[in-house]
Amino acid sequence: MTVKYTKDHEWVRVEGTTAVVGISDYAQTQLGDVVYVELPEVGRKLEQGKEAAVVESVKAASEVYAPISGEVTAVNTELGGEPAKVNADPMGAGWFFKMTIAKPKELDALMDEAQYKTYVEGLG
Amino acid sequence: MSDQPQAPLQKTPLHALHISLGARMVPFAGYDMPVQYPTGIVAEHLHTRSQAGLFDVSHMGQARLEGAGAAVALERLVPGDIQAVKRDRMRYTLLTNANGGILDDLMVTNFGDHLHLVVNAACKVDDIVHMKRELEPAVRLTPLPDRALLALQGPAAATVLARLAPGATAMPFMTAGTHSLAGISCLISRSGYTGEDGYEISFPANAAEHLAKRLLAEPEVKPIGLGARDTLRLEAGLCLYGHDIDTATTPVEADLGFAVGKRRRGGGGFLGADVILRQLREGTARKRVGILPEGRAPARDGTEIRDPSGAPIGKITSGGFGPSVDRPIAMGYVASAQASVGTAVSLLVRGTPRPARIVALPFVPHRYYRG
Repeated sequence: MTVKYTKDHEWVRVEGTTAVVGISDYAQTQLGDVVYVELPEVGRKLEQGKEAAVVESVKAASEVYAPISGEVTAVNTELGGEPAKVNADPMGAGWFFKMTIAKPKELDALMDEAQYKTYVEGLG
Repeated sequence: MSDQPQAPLQKTPLHALHISLGARMVPFAGYDMPVQYPTGIVAEHLHTRSQAGLFDVSHMGQARLEGAGAAVALERLVPGDIQAVKRDRMRYTLLTNANGGILDDLMVTNFGDHLHLVVNAACKVDDIVHMKRELEPAVRLTPLPDRALLALQGPAAATVLARLAPGATAMPFMTAGTHSLAGISCLISRSGYTGEDGYEISFPANAAEHLAKRLLAEPEVKPIGLGARDTLRLEAGLCLYGHDIDTATTPVEADLGFAVGKRRRGGGGFLGADVILRQLREGTARKRVGILPEGRAPARDGTEIRDPSGAPIGKITSGGFGPSVDRPIAMGYVASAQASVGTAVSLLVRGTPRPARIVALPFVPHRYYRG
Protein backbone atom coordinates (compact mmCIF):
# COMPACT_ATOMS: atom_id res chain seq x y z
CA MET A 1 0.00 0.00 0.00
CA THR A 2 1.45 3.29 -1.07
CA VAL A 3 0.92 6.34 1.12
CA LYS A 4 1.58 9.74 -0.33
CA TYR A 5 1.48 13.16 1.30
CA THR A 6 0.68 16.71 0.23
CA LYS A 7 2.37 19.89 1.36
CA ASP A 8 -0.90 20.74 3.12
CA HIS A 9 -0.52 17.60 5.26
CA GLU A 10 -3.17 15.38 3.74
CA TRP A 11 -2.27 11.75 3.21
CA VAL A 12 -3.65 9.52 0.48
CA ARG A 13 -3.36 5.75 0.55
CA VAL A 14 -4.02 3.77 -2.60
CA GLU A 15 -6.10 0.63 -2.09
CA GLY A 16 -6.65 -0.91 -5.52
CA THR A 17 -8.69 1.56 -7.55
CA THR A 18 -9.65 3.60 -4.48
CA ALA A 19 -7.75 6.26 -2.58
CA VAL A 20 -8.28 6.76 1.16
CA VAL A 21 -7.66 10.31 2.40
CA GLY A 22 -6.93 11.76 5.83
CA ILE A 23 -4.69 14.25 7.57
CA SER A 24 -1.19 13.47 8.82
CA ASP A 25 -0.01 12.98 12.38
CA TYR A 26 1.85 16.28 12.07
CA ALA A 27 -1.41 17.98 11.05
CA GLN A 28 -3.43 16.59 13.93
CA THR A 29 -0.68 17.57 16.39
CA GLN A 30 -0.66 21.09 15.05
CA LEU A 31 -4.45 21.35 15.17
CA GLY A 32 -4.85 19.97 18.66
CA ASP A 33 -8.10 18.44 19.89
CA VAL A 34 -10.37 17.87 16.87
CA VAL A 35 -14.01 18.57 17.76
CA TYR A 36 -15.75 18.53 14.37
CA VAL A 37 -15.15 17.25 10.87
CA GLU A 38 -17.23 18.32 7.90
CA LEU A 39 -16.99 15.68 5.17
CA PRO A 40 -17.91 15.91 1.49
CA GLU A 41 -21.02 14.17 0.16
CA VAL A 42 -20.60 10.81 -1.48
CA GLY A 43 -20.63 11.38 -5.24
CA ARG A 44 -19.06 14.82 -5.07
CA LYS A 45 -16.36 15.36 -7.68
CA LEU A 46 -13.18 16.70 -6.15
CA GLU A 47 -10.44 18.57 -7.94
CA GLN A 48 -6.85 18.26 -6.78
CA GLY A 49 -5.89 21.09 -4.42
CA LYS A 50 -9.46 22.31 -3.93
CA GLU A 51 -11.34 22.23 -0.65
CA ALA A 52 -12.74 18.79 0.16
CA ALA A 53 -13.47 18.84 3.90
CA VAL A 54 -13.16 21.00 7.00
CA VAL A 55 -11.55 19.95 10.26
CA GLU A 56 -12.21 21.99 13.37
CA SER A 57 -10.12 21.96 16.50
CA VAL A 58 -11.04 23.73 19.70
CA LYS A 59 -9.17 26.77 18.41
CA ALA A 60 -9.99 27.05 14.73
CA ALA A 61 -11.41 25.65 11.52
CA SER A 62 -9.01 24.40 8.82
CA GLU A 63 -9.64 23.34 5.26
CA VAL A 64 -8.68 19.92 4.01
CA TYR A 65 -7.80 19.85 0.32
CA ALA A 66 -8.28 17.02 -2.15
CA PRO A 67 -4.83 15.44 -2.60
CA ILE A 68 -5.88 14.17 -6.05
CA SER A 69 -8.85 14.53 -8.37
CA GLY A 70 -11.69 12.02 -8.27
CA GLU A 71 -15.15 11.26 -6.97
CA VAL A 72 -16.00 10.67 -3.30
CA THR A 73 -17.10 7.06 -2.83
CA ALA A 74 -17.36 6.85 0.97
CA VAL A 75 -16.94 9.01 4.06
CA ASN A 76 -15.95 8.10 7.60
CA THR A 77 -19.30 8.65 9.32
CA GLU A 78 -17.80 7.62 12.68
CA LEU A 79 -16.03 10.96 12.84
CA GLY A 80 -19.44 12.58 13.38
CA GLY A 81 -19.72 11.08 16.84
CA GLU A 82 -16.03 10.68 17.57
CA PRO A 83 -14.01 13.42 15.86
CA ALA A 84 -11.20 12.77 18.37
CA LYS A 85 -10.33 9.66 16.32
CA VAL A 86 -8.48 12.09 14.06
CA ASN A 87 -6.11 12.79 16.95
CA ALA A 88 -5.93 9.24 18.26
CA ASP A 89 -5.35 7.46 14.96
CA PRO A 90 -4.91 9.94 12.09
CA MET A 91 -3.59 7.39 9.60
CA GLY A 92 -6.12 4.70 10.52
CA ALA A 93 -9.53 5.07 12.20
CA GLY A 94 -9.31 8.82 11.69
CA TRP A 95 -9.54 8.61 7.87
CA PHE A 96 -11.78 11.22 6.23
CA PHE A 97 -13.08 9.88 2.91
CA LYS A 98 -12.47 7.49 0.04
CA MET A 99 -12.36 8.55 -3.58
CA THR A 100 -11.74 7.31 -7.09
CA ILE A 101 -8.40 8.04 -8.74
CA ALA A 102 -9.29 10.10 -11.82
CA LYS A 103 -5.72 11.00 -12.77
CA PRO A 104 -3.20 8.43 -11.46
CA LYS A 105 -0.33 10.68 -12.56
CA GLU A 106 -1.30 13.20 -9.87
CA LEU A 107 -0.11 10.67 -7.28
CA ASP A 108 3.40 10.67 -8.73
CA ALA A 109 3.95 14.33 -7.85
CA LEU A 110 3.05 13.83 -4.17
CA MET A 111 5.63 13.15 -1.47
CA ASP A 112 6.39 9.66 -0.23
CA GLU A 113 6.88 8.89 3.46
CA ALA A 114 10.59 9.80 3.52
CA GLN A 115 10.11 13.00 1.51
CA TYR A 116 7.25 14.09 3.75
CA LYS A 117 9.29 13.40 6.87
CA THR A 118 12.05 15.64 5.53
CA TYR A 119 9.48 18.28 4.56
CA VAL A 120 7.95 18.34 8.06
CA GLU A 121 11.37 18.53 9.72
CA GLY A 122 12.11 21.55 7.55
CA LEU A 123 9.02 23.30 8.96
CA GLY A 124 10.71 23.49 12.35
CA MET B 1 -0.35 39.26 5.68
CA SER B 2 0.90 42.60 6.82
CA ASP B 3 3.95 44.22 5.28
CA GLN B 4 4.57 46.08 8.51
CA PRO B 5 7.75 45.03 10.24
CA GLN B 6 6.75 43.11 13.33
CA ALA B 7 8.10 44.27 16.65
CA PRO B 8 9.88 41.45 18.47
CA LEU B 9 7.54 39.60 20.80
CA GLN B 10 7.82 40.37 24.48
CA LYS B 11 8.30 37.60 27.00
CA THR B 12 6.77 37.13 30.42
CA PRO B 13 9.11 36.17 33.28
CA LEU B 14 7.84 32.58 32.86
CA HIS B 15 8.74 32.27 29.17
CA ALA B 16 11.60 29.82 29.76
CA LEU B 17 9.43 27.72 32.08
CA HIS B 18 6.69 27.49 29.41
CA ILE B 19 9.24 26.25 26.88
CA SER B 20 10.65 23.71 29.36
CA LEU B 21 7.11 22.44 30.01
CA GLY B 22 6.69 21.79 26.28
CA ALA B 23 4.25 24.60 25.59
CA ARG B 24 3.31 25.59 22.07
CA MET B 25 4.00 29.30 21.95
CA VAL B 26 1.94 31.78 19.92
CA PRO B 27 1.94 35.55 19.58
CA PHE B 28 -0.75 37.16 21.73
CA ALA B 29 -1.08 40.87 22.45
CA GLY B 30 2.58 41.40 21.57
CA TYR B 31 3.79 38.56 23.82
CA ASP B 32 5.07 35.09 23.03
CA MET B 33 2.56 33.09 25.08
CA PRO B 34 1.72 29.42 25.71
CA VAL B 35 -1.48 28.48 23.87
CA GLN B 36 -1.31 24.93 25.18
CA TYR B 37 0.96 22.38 26.83
CA PRO B 38 1.45 18.83 25.50
CA THR B 39 -1.79 17.47 27.01
CA GLY B 40 -3.84 19.87 24.90
CA ILE B 41 -6.64 22.37 25.38
CA VAL B 42 -9.46 19.94 26.21
CA ALA B 43 -7.46 18.13 28.92
CA GLU B 44 -6.25 21.44 30.36
CA HIS B 45 -9.77 22.83 30.39
CA LEU B 46 -11.23 19.75 32.12
CA HIS B 47 -8.36 19.66 34.60
CA THR B 48 -9.09 23.26 35.62
CA ARG B 49 -12.77 22.44 36.16
CA SER B 50 -11.97 19.32 38.22
CA GLN B 51 -8.67 20.19 39.99
CA ALA B 52 -6.61 23.36 39.62
CA GLY B 53 -4.94 25.11 36.72
CA LEU B 54 -2.07 27.58 36.82
CA PHE B 55 -2.18 30.36 34.23
CA ASP B 56 0.61 32.82 33.47
CA VAL B 57 -1.19 36.11 32.94
CA SER B 58 1.89 38.27 33.49
CA HIS B 59 1.28 39.87 30.09
CA MET B 60 -1.68 41.71 31.56
CA GLY B 61 -1.16 45.29 32.68
CA GLN B 62 -0.86 46.05 36.36
CA ALA B 63 -0.79 49.56 37.73
CA ARG B 64 -1.04 51.42 40.97
CA LEU B 65 -3.29 54.47 41.34
CA GLU B 66 -2.58 56.56 44.40
CA GLY B 67 -3.07 59.95 45.91
CA ALA B 68 -5.89 61.63 47.78
CA GLY B 69 -9.16 60.99 46.00
CA ALA B 70 -7.88 58.21 43.72
CA ALA B 71 -11.28 56.49 43.73
CA VAL B 72 -13.13 59.75 43.03
CA ALA B 73 -10.71 60.51 40.19
CA LEU B 74 -11.01 57.06 38.60
CA GLU B 75 -14.78 57.39 38.62
CA ARG B 76 -14.48 60.01 35.86
CA LEU B 77 -13.30 57.20 33.55
CA VAL B 78 -15.40 54.23 34.70
CA PRO B 79 -19.11 53.75 35.48
CA GLY B 80 -18.43 51.66 38.59
CA ASP B 81 -18.98 52.86 42.15
CA ILE B 82 -15.28 52.83 43.03
CA GLN B 83 -15.75 54.91 46.17
CA ALA B 84 -17.91 52.11 47.56
CA VAL B 85 -15.14 49.53 47.14
CA LYS B 86 -13.99 48.91 50.69
CA ARG B 87 -10.47 48.09 51.80
CA ASP B 88 -9.35 44.66 50.48
CA ARG B 89 -12.29 44.43 48.11
CA MET B 90 -12.29 44.53 44.36
CA ARG B 91 -14.61 45.39 41.52
CA TYR B 92 -14.92 44.61 37.83
CA THR B 93 -15.34 47.80 35.87
CA LEU B 94 -14.94 49.34 32.43
CA LEU B 95 -12.96 52.20 30.96
CA THR B 96 -15.43 53.98 28.70
CA ASN B 97 -15.03 56.66 26.05
CA ALA B 98 -17.12 59.75 25.39
CA ASN B 99 -19.42 57.78 23.06
CA GLY B 100 -20.15 55.17 25.72
CA GLY B 101 -17.88 52.63 24.00
CA ILE B 102 -15.63 50.34 26.01
CA LEU B 103 -11.89 51.07 25.97
CA ASP B 104 -11.10 48.12 28.24
CA ASP B 105 -12.44 46.05 31.10
CA LEU B 106 -10.44 45.90 34.29
CA MET B 107 -10.25 44.85 37.91
CA VAL B 108 -9.85 47.51 40.59
CA THR B 109 -8.74 46.46 44.08
CA ASN B 110 -8.64 48.76 47.09
CA PHE B 111 -5.44 48.07 49.03
CA GLY B 112 -5.97 50.97 51.39
CA ASP B 113 -3.21 53.38 50.41
CA HIS B 114 -3.70 52.74 46.69
CA LEU B 115 -5.91 51.13 44.07
CA HIS B 116 -4.40 48.19 42.20
CA LEU B 117 -5.56 47.94 38.58
CA VAL B 118 -5.35 44.94 36.26
CA VAL B 119 -6.06 45.67 32.60
CA ASN B 120 -5.89 43.66 29.37
CA ALA B 121 -2.49 43.09 27.78
CA ALA B 122 -3.56 44.34 24.36
CA CYS B 123 -4.97 47.56 25.84
CA LYS B 124 -2.44 48.35 28.54
CA VAL B 125 -0.33 50.90 26.69
CA ASP B 126 -3.38 52.87 25.57
CA ASP B 127 -5.04 52.53 28.98
CA ILE B 128 -2.04 54.00 30.76
CA VAL B 129 -1.84 56.93 28.32
CA HIS B 130 -5.57 57.55 28.71
CA MET B 131 -5.59 57.37 32.50
CA LYS B 132 -2.45 59.46 32.91
CA ARG B 133 -3.81 62.13 30.58
CA GLU B 134 -7.19 62.27 32.31
CA LEU B 135 -6.14 61.80 35.93
CA GLU B 136 -2.65 63.17 36.53
CA PRO B 137 -1.33 65.17 38.28
CA ALA B 138 -4.19 65.15 40.81
CA VAL B 139 -3.50 61.46 41.43
CA ARG B 140 -0.54 59.33 40.34
CA LEU B 141 -0.69 56.28 38.09
CA THR B 142 2.33 53.97 38.15
CA PRO B 143 2.54 51.04 35.74
CA LEU B 144 3.97 47.91 37.36
CA PRO B 145 5.80 46.12 34.53
CA ASP B 146 8.07 44.35 37.04
CA ARG B 147 5.23 42.41 38.60
CA ALA B 148 4.18 38.94 37.47
CA LEU B 149 0.58 37.73 37.63
CA LEU B 150 -0.46 34.11 38.07
CA ALA B 151 -4.00 32.77 38.17
CA LEU B 152 -4.69 29.60 40.14
CA GLN B 153 -8.16 28.43 39.19
CA GLY B 154 -10.35 25.45 39.94
CA PRO B 155 -12.11 23.64 42.78
CA ALA B 156 -8.78 22.52 44.30
CA ALA B 157 -7.24 26.02 44.22
CA ALA B 158 -8.23 26.70 47.82
CA THR B 159 -6.89 23.32 48.98
CA VAL B 160 -3.57 24.13 47.36
CA LEU B 161 -3.35 27.63 48.77
CA ALA B 162 -4.32 26.34 52.22
CA ARG B 163 -0.92 24.60 52.27
CA LEU B 164 1.11 27.52 50.97
CA ALA B 165 -0.70 30.67 52.12
CA PRO B 166 -3.26 29.62 54.74
CA GLY B 167 -4.34 33.20 55.36
CA ALA B 168 -5.60 33.57 51.80
CA THR B 169 -8.16 30.79 51.89
CA ALA B 170 -10.72 32.55 54.08
CA MET B 171 -11.11 35.41 51.60
CA PRO B 172 -14.41 35.28 49.72
CA PHE B 173 -14.84 35.97 45.99
CA MET B 174 -13.84 39.50 44.93
CA THR B 175 -11.75 40.25 48.00
CA ALA B 176 -7.98 40.53 48.28
CA GLY B 177 -5.09 40.83 50.67
CA THR B 178 -1.33 40.70 51.08
CA HIS B 179 -0.07 37.23 51.94
CA SER B 180 3.22 35.40 51.99
CA LEU B 181 3.28 32.59 49.45
CA ALA B 182 6.38 30.37 49.26
CA GLY B 183 8.25 33.12 51.05
CA ILE B 184 7.19 35.83 48.61
CA SER B 185 4.95 38.73 49.60
CA CYS B 186 2.03 38.60 47.18
CA LEU B 187 -1.12 40.55 46.48
CA ILE B 188 -3.64 37.71 46.33
CA SER B 189 -7.23 38.16 45.22
CA ARG B 190 -10.08 35.65 45.09
CA SER B 191 -10.98 36.18 41.48
CA GLY B 192 -10.41 34.84 38.01
CA TYR B 193 -11.61 34.36 34.47
CA THR B 194 -12.81 30.75 34.41
CA GLY B 195 -16.06 30.75 36.42
CA GLU B 196 -14.34 28.56 39.02
CA ASP B 197 -13.20 29.38 42.51
CA GLY B 198 -9.63 30.61 42.40
CA TYR B 199 -7.04 33.27 42.93
CA GLU B 200 -4.98 35.81 41.07
CA ILE B 201 -1.54 36.34 42.53
CA SER B 202 0.53 39.46 41.87
CA PHE B 203 4.16 39.54 42.96
CA PRO B 204 7.65 40.68 41.87
CA ALA B 205 8.59 39.25 38.47
CA ASN B 206 11.98 38.06 39.69
CA ALA B 207 10.21 35.48 41.86
CA ALA B 208 7.97 34.25 39.04
CA GLU B 209 9.73 31.01 38.23
CA HIS B 210 10.27 30.12 41.89
CA LEU B 211 6.61 30.67 42.75
CA ALA B 212 5.21 29.04 39.61
CA LYS B 213 7.34 25.93 40.16
CA ARG B 214 6.27 25.80 43.80
CA LEU B 215 2.60 25.85 42.78
CA LEU B 216 3.16 23.33 39.98
CA ALA B 217 4.78 20.99 42.50
CA GLU B 218 1.39 20.56 44.17
CA PRO B 219 -0.28 17.38 42.86
CA GLU B 220 -3.57 19.13 41.91
CA VAL B 221 -1.93 21.83 39.80
CA LYS B 222 -1.15 21.71 36.08
CA PRO B 223 -0.07 24.52 33.76
CA ILE B 224 -2.86 25.83 31.53
CA GLY B 225 -2.43 27.78 28.31
CA LEU B 226 -4.35 30.57 26.63
CA GLY B 227 -6.39 28.10 24.59
CA ALA B 228 -8.10 26.65 27.65
CA ARG B 229 -8.27 30.09 29.25
CA ASP B 230 -10.45 31.09 26.29
CA THR B 231 -12.73 28.02 26.39
CA LEU B 232 -13.11 28.33 30.17
CA ARG B 233 -14.10 31.99 30.05
CA LEU B 234 -16.48 31.38 27.14
CA GLU B 235 -18.28 28.63 29.06
CA ALA B 236 -18.41 31.04 32.01
CA GLY B 237 -20.05 33.66 29.75
CA LEU B 238 -17.27 36.18 30.38
CA CYS B 239 -16.37 38.80 27.79
CA LEU B 240 -13.08 38.87 25.91
CA TYR B 241 -12.00 42.40 25.11
CA GLY B 242 -11.56 42.97 21.38
CA HIS B 243 -14.14 40.30 20.60
CA ASP B 244 -17.24 40.61 22.79
CA ILE B 245 -16.62 44.18 23.85
CA ASP B 246 -14.74 47.06 22.22
CA THR B 247 -15.09 50.75 21.48
CA ALA B 248 -18.10 50.02 19.25
CA THR B 249 -20.06 48.33 22.06
CA THR B 250 -21.47 49.95 25.17
CA PRO B 251 -21.77 48.38 28.64
CA VAL B 252 -25.54 48.22 28.22
CA GLU B 253 -25.41 46.51 24.82
CA ALA B 254 -22.84 44.10 26.28
CA ASP B 255 -25.26 43.21 29.10
CA LEU B 256 -22.72 44.54 31.59
CA GLY B 257 -25.21 46.94 33.16
CA PHE B 258 -24.26 45.51 36.56
CA ALA B 259 -20.93 47.31 36.16
CA VAL B 260 -22.75 50.66 36.23
CA GLY B 261 -22.98 51.44 39.94
CA LYS B 262 -26.37 52.34 41.41
CA ARG B 263 -25.05 55.66 42.68
CA ARG B 264 -23.52 56.40 39.28
CA ARG B 265 -26.85 55.92 37.52
CA GLY B 266 -28.19 59.09 39.08
CA GLY B 267 -25.09 61.21 39.07
CA GLY B 268 -23.26 60.19 35.90
CA GLY B 269 -20.00 62.06 35.70
CA PHE B 270 -18.06 59.42 33.73
CA LEU B 271 -17.06 59.37 30.08
CA GLY B 272 -20.02 58.38 27.92
CA ALA B 273 -22.49 58.71 30.82
CA ASP B 274 -25.11 60.44 28.66
CA VAL B 275 -25.20 57.54 26.20
CA ILE B 276 -24.93 54.77 28.79
CA LEU B 277 -27.52 56.18 31.21
CA ARG B 278 -29.95 56.82 28.35
CA GLN B 279 -29.50 53.24 27.16
CA LEU B 280 -30.14 51.96 30.68
CA ARG B 281 -33.46 53.85 30.68
CA GLU B 282 -34.54 53.26 27.11
CA GLY B 283 -32.86 50.03 26.11
CA THR B 284 -30.59 49.29 23.16
CA ALA B 285 -31.14 48.11 19.62
CA ARG B 286 -28.92 45.09 20.17
CA LYS B 287 -27.74 42.98 23.06
CA ARG B 288 -25.05 40.44 23.89
CA VAL B 289 -26.52 36.95 24.36
CA GLY B 290 -25.50 33.33 24.70
CA ILE B 291 -26.00 31.20 21.60
CA LEU B 292 -26.21 27.42 21.52
CA PRO B 293 -25.68 25.82 18.09
CA GLU B 294 -27.83 22.69 17.79
CA GLY B 295 -25.43 20.45 15.90
CA ARG B 296 -21.76 19.69 16.38
CA ALA B 297 -20.36 22.38 14.09
CA PRO B 298 -18.71 25.26 15.97
CA ALA B 299 -19.67 28.77 14.86
CA ARG B 300 -16.74 31.13 15.17
CA ASP B 301 -16.24 34.84 15.80
CA GLY B 302 -17.76 36.78 12.89
CA THR B 303 -20.44 34.23 12.00
CA GLU B 304 -23.64 35.89 10.80
CA ILE B 305 -26.75 35.29 12.91
CA ARG B 306 -30.10 35.22 11.07
CA ASP B 307 -33.72 35.09 12.13
CA PRO B 308 -35.90 32.19 10.89
CA SER B 309 -36.85 34.20 7.77
CA GLY B 310 -33.18 34.50 6.83
CA ALA B 311 -32.75 38.18 7.71
CA PRO B 312 -29.43 39.06 9.40
CA ILE B 313 -29.92 40.02 13.06
CA GLY B 314 -26.38 40.00 14.38
CA LYS B 315 -22.96 38.40 14.60
CA ILE B 316 -21.14 35.97 16.82
CA THR B 317 -18.29 37.60 18.74
CA SER B 318 -16.90 34.49 20.50
CA GLY B 319 -17.59 30.99 19.36
CA GLY B 320 -16.03 27.60 19.64
CA PHE B 321 -16.24 24.35 21.49
CA GLY B 322 -16.99 24.02 25.19
CA PRO B 323 -15.14 20.99 26.57
CA SER B 324 -17.19 20.79 29.79
CA VAL B 325 -20.54 21.02 28.00
CA ASP B 326 -19.07 18.88 25.18
CA ARG B 327 -20.69 20.87 22.41
CA PRO B 328 -20.26 24.08 20.45
CA ILE B 329 -21.11 27.28 22.30
CA ALA B 330 -21.02 30.94 21.35
CA MET B 331 -21.96 34.43 22.28
CA GLY B 332 -22.70 37.44 20.18
CA TYR B 333 -24.93 40.39 19.55
CA VAL B 334 -28.47 40.16 18.21
CA ALA B 335 -31.30 42.64 17.71
CA SER B 336 -32.90 43.15 21.12
CA ALA B 337 -36.29 41.99 19.78
CA GLN B 338 -34.73 38.56 19.14
CA ALA B 339 -32.61 38.43 22.28
CA SER B 340 -34.95 36.55 24.60
CA VAL B 341 -33.89 33.14 25.83
CA GLY B 342 -35.28 30.35 23.66
CA THR B 343 -35.46 32.39 20.45
CA ALA B 344 -34.66 30.25 17.40
CA VAL B 345 -31.98 31.65 15.12
CA SER B 346 -29.71 30.30 12.43
CA LEU B 347 -25.96 30.65 12.06
CA LEU B 348 -24.40 30.98 8.64
CA VAL B 349 -21.45 28.58 8.83
CA ARG B 350 -19.52 28.28 5.54
CA GLY B 351 -22.59 29.41 3.63
CA THR B 352 -24.98 26.95 5.26
CA PRO B 353 -27.60 28.14 7.77
CA ARG B 354 -27.46 25.96 10.88
CA PRO B 355 -30.06 25.99 13.65
CA ALA B 356 -29.25 27.51 17.04
CA ARG B 357 -31.06 29.24 19.86
CA ILE B 358 -30.54 32.08 22.28
CA VAL B 359 -29.68 30.81 25.75
CA ALA B 360 -28.91 32.27 29.15
CA LEU B 361 -25.29 32.73 30.16
CA PRO B 362 -23.20 31.19 31.61
CA PHE B 363 -23.04 27.78 29.91
CA VAL B 364 -21.42 26.33 33.03
CA PRO B 365 -22.58 27.61 36.45
CA HIS B 366 -20.13 29.84 38.29
CA ARG B 367 -18.66 28.22 41.39
CA TYR B 368 -17.23 31.20 43.22
CA TYR B 369 -16.47 30.98 46.94
CA ARG B 370 -18.86 33.38 48.62
CA GLY B 371 -17.68 32.70 52.18
